Parts: sequence; C-alpha cells; structure tokens
Amino acid sequence: MTKPLIPNDYSALPDAAGRFGDYGGRYVAETLMPLVLRLGRAWAEAKADPAFQGELASELKHYVGRPSPLYHAQRLSEHYGARIWLKREELNHTGSHKINNCMGQILLARRMGKTRIIAETGAGQHGVATATVCARYGLPCVVYMGAVDVERQAPNVQRMQLLGAEVRPVTSGAATLKDAMNEALRDWVTNVEDTYYLIGSAAGPHPYPAMVRDFQRVIGEEARAQVLEAEGRLPDVLIACVGGGSNAIGLFHPFLADEGVRIFGVEASGKGMETSEHAAAINGGRPGVLHGNRTYLLQDRDGQILEAHSISAGLDYPGIGPEHAYLNDVGRVAYLTATDEEALAAFRLCSRLEGIVPALESAHALARLDVAAREAGADGIVVLNLSGRGDKDLAAVAAHEARA
Amino acid sequence: MTVERLNARFGRLAGEGRAGFVAYVMAGDPDAETTLRLLQGLAGQGVDVIELGFPFSDPMADGPPIQRAALRALKAGMTLPGTLDLVRRFRQGDAETPIVLMGYLNPILSYATDRFAEDAAKAGVDGVIVVDCPPEEAGPLADALDRAGVALIRLATPTTDAERLPAVVSRTSGFVYYVSVAGVTGARAADADAVAPAVAKVRAASGLPVAVGFGIRTPEQAAAVARVADAAVVGSALVDALAEGVAQKRDPVPKVLETARALAMAVRSARA
Repeated sequence: MTKPLIPNDYSALPDAAGRFGDYGGRYVAETLMPLVLRLGRAWAEAKADPAFQGELASELKHYVGRPSPLYHAQRLSEHYGARIWLKREELNHTGSHKINNCMGQILLARRMGKTRIIAETGAGQHGVATATVCARYGLPCVVYMGAVDVERQAPNVQRMQLLGAEVRPVTSGAATLKDAMNEALRDWVTNVEDTYYLIGSAAGPHPYPAMVRDFQRVIGEEARAQVLEAEGRLPDVLIACVGGGSNAIGLFHPFLADEGVRIFGVEASGKGMETSEHAAAINGGRPGVLHGNRTYLLQDRDGQILEAHSISAGLDYPGIGPEHAYLNDVGRVAYLTATDEEALAAFRLCSRLEGIVPALESAHALARLDVAAREAGADGIVVLNLSGRGDKDLAAVAAHEARA
Repeated sequence: MTVERLNARFGRLAGEGRAGFVAYVMAGDPDAETTLRLLQGLAGQGVDVIELGFPFSDPMADGPPIQRAALRALKAGMTLPGTLDLVRRFRQGDAETPIVLMGYLNPILSYATDRFAEDAAKAGVDGVIVVDCPPEEAGPLADALDRAGVALIRLATPTTDAERLPAVVSRTSGFVYYVSVAGVTGARAADADAVAPAVAKVRAASGLPVAVGFGIRTPEQAAAVARVADAAVVGSALVDALAEGVAQKRDPVPKVLETARALAMAVRSARA
C-alpha cells in the first residue's frame, strides 16, 4: 500500500516525475518523450500566467455557461432518504463536463502554436467537445473513435461532423475507447511538429492526468462554494462515476483535504463482477502500464490488456486515471461498482423523478445513491456529479431493451 | 554470454568493414513452431542479429503489419514465458547469433522485472528493447538487466535533441537503435541522407554501434542505410512476407527466408 507523502496534502501530487505514489509517470515511446516534456513545461507556465487563467475563466463563463447549477433533487432525496444535490454538468455547452477540459487545452494548444488537433473518444462526448472548441478557434480536428462506438453513438458522430471534425473509425482490437487511444497515439508519433493531442480523461502520460484534473477542478470548486451557501456546511458524501475518471477527480479534488467528507467513485461492472464482461479496473484489475501511465488495469496473467465491457461507451475502458489508483490505495476514496442493469434502472428513475435524462455514464453514479444515502443518513448531504446528459444514449437504451 | 555475444558480433562486423543486418520476427506468428524454424533458418541467410518481438495487445508504436502479427501470435497463445522458451530452444543449436527481445513494458512487469531479467539471461537473450519505457522510467529495468548481464538497448529518434541525447544513451549497451522516422513501424520510408548525420551524433554520444530501423523495406533502402549505419533493421517487410504465406495457407518460412536473404545480401555488398 502506498502512504500519502503528507497526510491530507493532496495538492502536492503529482511529483516532478508525474507520480501519484506508485502510479502515473511517463511511459511513452522516445519519439513522444520530448513532446510530453515540452507540454509539461508549457502547462506549468500557462497555469501560472494570470492572462491565460483570465482568458479561460472568460470562456468558461460566456461560452461554456459556467457556473453550472447545484440542484436540490427533491424527489430523488425523498426516494433515497438523504439530501441529494446534483451538480448539473450536463447543462454545460455540448452537454457534459468534457468541455471544461477541452476549453483549457485548446487555449494551451494555441499558446504552443499547434495547428492541428487530434483526440480519442468513447461515448463521443469528448469528441464533440473537442470538435466544438476546434470550430470555435478554427483549427482542423481529427477524432479517433472505435468502430463499435461509432455505431452505438451515432448522434454524436453526426454532431462532430457537423462541427467540421473528421471522425476516423478505429477497427483494431475491440474497436472501442482503448483502441481509439492507441490510434491517436500513432497519429501523434507520426505528426510530431504541428499536432496537439487533446486527451479527454485524467489518464495518459504526465502531465495529462494532472492537467486534465486541474481543468476539471472547477466542478468541485463551484460545488464546494454552492453547497456551503445552500446548506451552510460541507457535504457528507460525494459520488461520481469513474471510467478514466476526469469528472470524478474534478469534483473530488477540492474536497480531498476535508476529512469529514466521504468520497465514492463508481466503476462500471457491466454484466457483473462475477463475469469477465465489466470495466472495473480497480475492483477487478491490478497495476500495470498502458497508454503512458502506471495504474490499475484489466489484464491477463501475461500482462495482455483485456477488453472492457460497459453499456456506457464512456466507461468502456480497461484502465483508470492514476490519481484514482493512488486515492484508492491510500483509502481516501472508496470505489464501488454498478452493473449495466443498475445503471439503466437509475437512468429511468432520474428521468421520471427529476425530469432529467442523465448520460448512461452518470447513471452509474445515480445507481449507487443507495449506498451514498445510507452513508450520509437521513439529514445527510450527498453531492452527485451529473456529468452528462443522456440524449445520446436513447438509441442504445432502446436497442438494449429490444434485446432484453 | 549475453551482452558479450552482441559485442562480439559487432566487433566482427567492424573487422569485416561492413554493416550488419538485423531481422525482426514476432514470436508465435502464426505459431511457436514456425517461429522456431524461422529463427533456425535466419542465421543461415546472412542475418547478423535477430530481433524477436514478444506480443502485446496494445502495440501503440507499431503500424498495421506488426499489429496484425501481434494479434496472430496472441491468438496462437504466445506469451512472454513462451517467447523465452523459443529462445532457449534456439540456443540449443546456435550459440553465436545474438537475439534481442523487443516489445512493450506491461508483459515484463507482469512477469516481474527481476525474474524476467534472470530468466531472459538463462534462456540466452542478449539484449532487450522496450518501446514504451523511456530512460526516465527505466531505472528498475536497467538495474535488473545489468545484474543479469543483458543489454538494455535504447531508442534514439528524430525528436531526440542534443540536450536529451546523453540521457537517452546512458546505461545502454550492445548497440543503440536509431528510429529513422517519426512514426509507427513500417509506415513511411527513411531518408538515408537525413539518417547519416543523426547516426554520427548518436555514435559519438554513446560510443556504441548504431542500428537503424523503422521505414526500411527494400534491399535498396537497406543498402543505403548500411552505407552510413552499423546495422540496418527490417521488420514489417518480413512480417508481411510471412502474413502473405499464412493468408495463402502455405508454409510461410521459405518466403520469409528468401526475403531476408535478399536484404542481407544487399547490406553485405553495400560498402563494396
């Protein structure tokens, strides 16, 4: 088990080598290493530059529509028996939290003089957000997307194309998010001069996990101020879904030093942890190296990466961001699971009770409100990150119901 | 033996005043027995060093030919222990041809780094190339391989600048692998004119022989590289020759050996 370097000082991580305890790092081909180091320096400079932060804050307010509301979900509260608040990231421009990170990284790419943007996408939310900021700033955009995901997230493919992005279906491997990331890395290693790789999750080689977290921290910073204003105290429980884990780390990070706040991440257990068809890297995997960082991975005895499964394309990934791996090992965050069926039930329940159609990804967090509410108690406060809206999932849900 | 076998081979090449030919094949593609026959046949075709790939499910630095080779190998059940077993069997009949393993880090971590280094040395492996393990992350692997006497062979690339080069060639032995193009394996052709000055810099910084690979497919390209480097590496072209035989449901070994022979002859006569 990894011990925290300084108890309760989670802001000191990662270290200079990009490590969160034993996790993270920069495991990339030598061709990419100078680019990754240059990106780290550029991000450190931009982060400390008030002009950069000012431009980002302005774009988040006027273009993205921040701050997003913290909404007291009264009927869900009655249903579960706790005071449940939803952080409404699905109300952001493009319909998910992904735009927070894309806006930050596109400003950084411009600052670095890059003229071509590439991205990987699973559910299409990150692809849409990337295509959006590329349209906004007039930069060409190529989005790699697993062929299976192109099929099950057709509305998002059409949106990306409308926004001017080229969507390249990836047929290698299981043709999902993992394979899209492999293909984006192959593009980057081939186009080293002009291309910026806009990673969508808090994963990949350093500095991506820390940089994406920093761009998503706005979720937790706002939620912290909003809940203090509305309730006059900190929440008892935070809960968010975890694939790579960018929405979750964004909500969690500003609360990590608040010892009284219990924190739950929810992994996708697909058809069940007793089957091999799930996407729960922490609950069903072990540490290894993939896509530039050391973290928990679904893998076989020989270290071959296993295909993940989840009804939610955005959670269908065999790894998890390295900071989550660390937070698990030090015991600061507990990682639960929710199955496809549980997520579908929560998808319907939230739609019926609150008039909010959540993304299937966010529905995994909603599915564990039972645990969150029990932990919080009847007068307890739960903040759930409603990371995206579910319009994109209607076809997939209908297809699933037709099969059932 | 191990790293000494590499040093002996490059010493002999220098003495003969010619470049070496390094042939890459993927262990277990399409099955272990075929790979063993290939390994046994390659030395007789003028191959100076064998690079033996061990398959990984997510070969991020490889183009389609080697991606497909890895999938065929995994489908046939090839593993890292299985790859070491192939080397062990090859060594029973050949104590001289150096063998360098090439692949990705996770199977090595899964095997356990220290145990891997010991078992690789025992099997007769002389060097190891790990694509996704840059010097910044290579400490534990370099320590383990040093103890076992196996060379850790580093990759230098067109993006490796003068400031970074000393770190890239530190703790490397046997030879340095210069990746001649920014890109994946087998994708685009190397430019021999651009390669020459880069090879000279890497040689000066490391004091080691420099092998050039990625983007060499034809005997002509191999000869052009052999005039400026200490060795030329060909992978995807051999893997393609094998894939063609597999697709036509015939023994792929003769075609691969024939392709290797043409490349080896071109390298041998390049400086004549």
